[in-house]
Amino acid sequence: MTYRVVHYINQFFAGIGGEERADYPPELREGVVGPGQALQAALGEEAVVVATLVCGDDYFAEHAEEAVDKIIGLLESYRPDALVAGPAFNAGRYGMACGALCDAVSKKLCIPVVTAMYPENPAVEIYRKDLYIVETSDSARGMRDAIPKMARLILKQLNGEPLGRPEEEGYIERGIRVNIFRDRIGAERAVDMLIKKLKGEDFATEYPMPSFDRVPPAPAIQNIREAKIALVTSGGIVPKGNPDRIEASSATKYGEYSIAGLENLTPETHETVHGGYDPTYANDDPDRVLPLDVARELEKEGAFGSLHDKYYATVGNGTPVAYAKKFGEEIAKKLKEADVDGVILTST
Amino acid sequence: MKELERVGLPTVHVCTIVPISQTVGANRIVPSVAIPHPLGDPTKPLEEEKAIRRRLLLKALEALQADIEEQTIFGN
Repeated sequence: MTYRVVHYINQFFAGIGGEERADYPPELREGVVGPGQALQAALGEEAVVVATLVCGDDYFAEHAEEAVDKIIGLLESYRPDALVAGPAFNAGRYGMACGALCDAVSKKLCIPVVTAMYPENPAVEIYRKDLYIVETSDSARGMRDAIPKMARLILKQLNGEPLGRPEEEGYIERGIRVNIFRDRIGAERAVDMLIKKLKGEDFATEYPMPSFDRVPPAPAIQNIREAKIALVTSGGIVPKGNPDRIEASSATKYGEYSIAGLENLTPETHETVHGGYDPTYANDDPDRVLPLDVARELEKEGAFGSLHDKYYATVGNGTPVAYAKKFGEEIAKKLKEADVDGVILTST
Repeated sequence: MKELERVGLPTVHVCTIVPISQTVGANRIVPSVAIPHPLGDPTKPLEEEKAIRRRLLLKALEALQADIEEQTIFGN
């Protein structure tokens, strides 16, 4: 049987126009349009591009839900077996449209989908876990490389064939871990890698570390004797009984607690709820993690102006970066509003 | 940590696993005693422990007053 594929492109690739026509509403055309020709060639005999969906980037961005509903309505009459969207390269709105549409079609029509983008397209971060997104260059110059990979991925899915690893198939890593057998043990492979590294040779890590963003250092405190300092911890120190029920791992919240008038943390008043280290020492004396006792002494001695009367705590144990970022943003806002000048953040 | 620095609040990270702090992008880092008791040492008498805690906090205050351009470790 020949599979029926529908292809989604924006107003630009459909030859309708540039930004001035970006408000073009969704439209379905019979057969191939623009890059669809190359897609049809790559699909060969196994599948036919029965129709092309065209929508302006602004239209989609401004009426996302409506556009998806409309497009799904248009699609249904064509009974497609699969949807191919893009490639969107590094075009942000186009990428978001391809991602949103593929996501909706895969969920509502339950058919295979594939799209393609440059890794830094903002839609990649949002959709890469849910979709197969072929990695492309940042501009349409990469069309010739991208189309055959998209065709192969969609055909494999249609035929129910297992897909290979991201680098084999050319899609952006989805964060899925698969168990595989290797003929040499990890220690041997690690030593090989180390030797290559020492020799300055190329080597491929088996576990790439996530990349993190950087923030330039905040300006230094000029007058420490007048500065208000706050304590924050990821070590899970909370008032005894854990009133906010902060989780021992993968925390979804943080707590704000008063230390007004408090000179010292004791096993009677505070405890740790962190599930990622031995809590014995912190529970015996919580000042070992949140150093209130000495902070109070230094405050009295005038080593700094004053101690903020609230502290913030969460559990940094497998906490998703997105949560940690959100906690940080909220805490930062509160500390700014309280005219805090500097923060001592302790971690276990 | 980064969100605090992002809004202009100088923030010092007192922690034991310095490489993690560096990887996640802390700008001011003070290495501490041990993972389960970063600002204390249960093998020492209380007075000595508090002296360690005081030394680390003074170091942290020093870090907050330092004009830095890049990630800096404030060690001993």
